Amino acid sequence: MLEKLNEIKLKAQEELKNVKTVNDLVSLRVKYLGKKGELTSVLRGMGKLSPEERPRVGQAANEVRELIESILEERNNQLKEEALHQSLKKETIDITLPGQNILLGHKHPITTVIDQIKEIFLGMGYTIAEGPEIELDYYNFEALNLPPDHPARDMQDSFYISDEVLLRTHTSPVQVRVMEKTVPHYPVKIICPGKVYRRDDDATHSPMFHQVEGLVIDKNLSMSDLKGTLRTFARQMFGEDRQIRLRPSYFPFTEPSAEVDISCMMCGGEGCRVCSHTGWLEILGAGMVHPRVLEMSGYNPEEVNGFAFGMGVERITMLKYGIDDLRLLFENDLRFLAQF
Amino acid sequence: MKVSYKWLKQYVDIDISPKELADKLTMAGIAVEHVEYLGQGIKGVVVGEVLEVKPHPQADKLVVCQVDLGRETVQIVTGAENVKAKHRIPVAPVGAELPGGMKLRKARLRGLDSFGMMCSAEELGIDEALVDPESRNGILILDPDSPIGEDIKSLLNLDDAILEFELTPNRSDCLSVINIAREIGAILKKPVKLPEIVFQETDEPVENLAFVEVWDQDLCNRYVARVVKNVKLKPSPQWMQHYLRSAGIRPINNVVDISNFVMLEMGQPLHTFDYDTLAEHKIIVRRAAEGEKMFTLDGQERTFSRDVLLICDGEKPVAVAGVMGGLDTEVTDKTCNILIESARFHPVSVRRTSKLLGLRSESSLRFEKGIDVFNTLEAVHRAAQLMADLAEGEIARGVIDVVGAVPEPTVITLREKKVNEILGTSLTISQINGIMEDLRFPTEIGRDEIKVTVPTYRQDISREIDLIEEVARLNGYDQIPVTLPHGVTTEGKRTRYQKLEDLIKKCLVGAGFMEVINYSFISPKDFDKINLPEDSALRNVIAIKNPLSDEQSVMRTTLVPGLLETASRNTNRRNPNFAFFEWGKIFLPREDKLPQEPMMLGGVISGKMERGWNQEAQVLDFFYLKGVLEVIFHRLGIKNWSLKAESFPGFLHPGRAGNIFLGDIYVGFIGEIHPSVQEKYHLENRTYIFQVYLHQIMEAAEEVFKYQPIPKYPAVERDMALLVKESIPAENITQTIWENGENILTGVTLFDVYKGTQIPEGYKSLAYALTFQSKEKTLTDDEVTAVFQKINESLSEKFGVELR
Ligand SMILES: [Zn+2]
Repeated sequence: MLEKLNEIKLKAQEELKNVKTVNDLVSLRVKYLGKKGELTSVLRGMGKLSPEERPRVGQAANEVRELIESILEERNNQLKEEALHQSLKKETIDITLPGQNILLGHKHPITTVIDQIKEIFLGMGYTIAEGPEIELDYYNFEALNLPPDHPARDMQDSFYISDEVLLRTHTSPVQVRVMEKTVPHYPVKIICPGKVYRRDDDATHSPMFHQVEGLVIDKNLSMSDLKGTLRTFARQMFGEDRQIRLRPSYFPFTEPSAEVDISCMMCGGEGCRVCSHTGWLEILGAGMVHPRVLEMSGYNPEEVNGFAFGMGVERITMLKYGIDDLRLLFENDLRFLAQF
Repeated sequence: MKVSYKWLKQYVDIDISPKELADKLTMAGIAVEHVEYLGQGIKGVVVGEVLEVKPHPQADKLVVCQVDLGRETVQIVTGAENVKAKHRIPVAPVGAELPGGMKLRKARLRGLDSFGMMCSAEELGIDEALVDPESRNGILILDPDSPIGEDIKSLLNLDDAILEFELTPNRSDCLSVINIAREIGAILKKPVKLPEIVFQETDEPVENLAFVEVWDQDLCNRYVARVVKNVKLKPSPQWMQHYLRSAGIRPINNVVDISNFVMLEMGQPLHTFDYDTLAEHKIIVRRAAEGEKMFTLDGQERTFSRDVLLICDGEKPVAVAGVMGGLDTEVTDKTCNILIESARFHPVSVRRTSKLLGLRSESSLRFEKGIDVFNTLEAVHRAAQLMADLAEGEIARGVIDVVGAVPEPTVITLREKKVNEILGTSLTISQINGIMEDLRFPTEIGRDEIKVTVPTYRQDISREIDLIEEVARLNGYDQIPVTLPHGVTTEGKRTRYQKLEDLIKKCLVGAGFMEVINYSFISPKDFDKINLPEDSALRNVIAIKNPLSDEQSVMRTTLVPGLLETASRNTNRRNPNFAFFEWGKIFLPREDKLPQEPMMLGGVISGKMERGWNQEAQVLDFFYLKGVLEVIFHRLGIKNWSLKAESFPGFLHPGRAGNIFLGDIYVGFIGEIHPSVQEKYHLENRTYIFQVYLHQIMEAAEEVFKYQPIPKYPAVERDMALLVKESIPAENITQTIWENGENILTGVTLFDVYKGTQIPEGYKSLAYALTFQSKEKTLTDDEVTAVFQKINESLSEKFGVELR
């Protein structure tokens, strides 16, 4: 019997080695270990053995069974592994095919830039103020120290609705409205973004464009605070290594007034085509609020000071994205808009 | 204002280059826009005298000249027509260089040698408009006394540079070379040498020669006159011609040039009359009579209204004050005696007059800005001096000076504390005083303040802040420290509307919309283009009085034309698939000076969204647009909105549009563009549009919402397919379903709408998925079926609906 067992063992080992599918494996299991299997039939004949032989043959039979089972198990795992491997191979996709179109829209670049400006000033404790686009001459000019016949009115050719009503030429009237509402309280700390209008239409001027104006009124405010505020803004907007430069200028509603340049981010100040080889780019106008403007709004210039600044959003947008044609911003061509 | 660098050096010892000077001036607030270096690239060009001009034997368009260059005589062949024997002209002989890197070589023209070239003004970099007409489009004819052989650059001052200023409106004092020199003196901390004015007068008192009356002193608070006799008209000297040319003024003759020169030098416009043409030798300054007429210098007859100030003689108007002289009294070749006017006219009056007559001149420009009333005397003296020196004029004794109210000199207290408070600096009182002294402002220094007397030529300075600005700019803006405000902390925050704006825009961007910005002005014709009825309220517009064009002449009362224009432009550029939105104001007239400016949201879609290789293209249609609105309303927590199919503006398809309501308040519309409008805008595909009033929508928004617990018990889904009469709106069915849900109906989704085979004519099939769920327990089949039945019954009762 031991011989028979050994025979079964060798045969099973051989057959199991060559088995190719899980199904074949199952039938082999039946063949050897099933109720009518070869090993079982050997064991069935155990009754005929002497009591001395029985334990020996029993042990040998168990060893053969265990061996076959372990080989079965091993082969089963191998075959499953292979089958999985095969099926994974079949499921291979071309990962270089494009992904699905997730269609997100786009804000207009002007809006995006205004949002960025808002974010920076919100972070510095400013609130956002708004005002009418069709304004009274009083708010647009007079209250800003531009009485009728003031020569500086020539600087801004306006669209008139009537003698006292016009399309605002800058966002500065919002300052005046906010001051009138807030006086005598302070601090005032606002920015006012919005559309403005001037009677100009050529390659570098659009009759409608956007400005962001800023105004701060407080005790002990100085031009150095203005400088610091603008540097903070310039660095957040155009990069941490930007320098700013103030040049004396004139606006009727601020004094002293300045044009503010930032070091060119294209060339780092070395001089290039974008900055006309000066290393500087003009980005905004600013100054200390003229005492006359404070007085007209009801503030006492001996008690508080103010500073104000204003920037053209189109210019900043063009600089930021390297846009060289202003008209693109108002043509609303989707091939342009889709880039932002 | 353009000024020669050499001219400025007459008054200040400038020891830096023109470029450096320009930078320093700019950083002190006197902006120099551009520095032009004259004569660049010119080398070896000299004065020559034409000895003879002979025709070229082989070419009738050419002449052969013998030209004396001093050290040699050369033959030059030229095509220029204006050269005659005895002319002195600029010559570039062989070896000379001209701008643009051109080096002269011997040339052969139709068989004859030419040893150089005669130069035109343009070839020397001189504006042709600023030279004598006979030298235009030909060779530049020099003054007959130009030394033969002299280098042209030194003769014509082409070794100079010109500074082009861009003055701010407050610094019109710098429309005077002397005042610019004063600025330079203050910047470089150097003295300023003013011209010394000395001249001989004759014994004849001016009072016997001329008479001046100022009738309207409100418009002319000073009128100064001198009489100069026996002037000899001739070209003014090279230096004066050069200075005038540098400033962009064409030299004419010594008398005219002198008055222009003094205007540029001192900022005081002068006018010279031919004394002998003035009736009664009288000057009367008065307002025009209505309809009064005169021929001005440019040969035009002008008619005046009462607010124009005229200069008249004993009989008639002879000049428009400060703007332009008259033809009859102009200085001509025959002029012998002259009257020089140096006056101060009212800035606003001159400005209005020059605008009215469409005449802008160097003088009117200066009068408009307001000139220094104390400078009029100096200027007339300076002119007299030059008339004597350069025109051999005999100056009558004394001046006529009719002077009205003149301003008191301004004295301002400048506080050290205020200077440093405004600038954030820590300047000492003596540093501040030093800056005032650099400006030559007389000061009286106290312990912590300075009394500053402002010179009359600085009319821009009237209060302390103006002096603080002087300190700031001359001390240098770069000297101002960099600090941040250190007051009370303020809260940077958005208002509720601003937050909702962000939210709504996020929804739109998430839905694939691109934002557009259209002009706020439209054409009145746009209303016809969008089929707006004649009596539509939207045609009541705010009109611009001075529009750039008809196309942009009224303020928009709706976003529709702009959106359709954008749609049209994109279709035209082969982008027929789009989803655009715009966020902007419309302008509605009302009983107030200022209109109402409601903020609107509008959108326009058409075509399909881009398709991928494994996805169907999303069709952009009415229901896509409605879906976007649903998302927005949902995100804003607005539930009580509805769409009503009622009467529409003419640009919408009557069967495919709806008005949007919140409760019973109208807030906008949504719909398909009417085919006729679609055609007018050349839109390729059906196009859908919406517009809503943002104010009402934001008012209704419920930003606070509470989360709903996730149900613990399982939901049961049942589908329901209904055969419904086509005329019954789906919304009515949905509503009835909800009404009969008995608290266990938690979801109703319409997932199919079908018409066609198997559906009788006039009917549609609606398929709903209903979700039933209880918060308290697991629902049994029977419980669900009971409610399902109830829904069914009420649907068939109400609408005759059949279950399919
Ligand atoms: Zn650069």
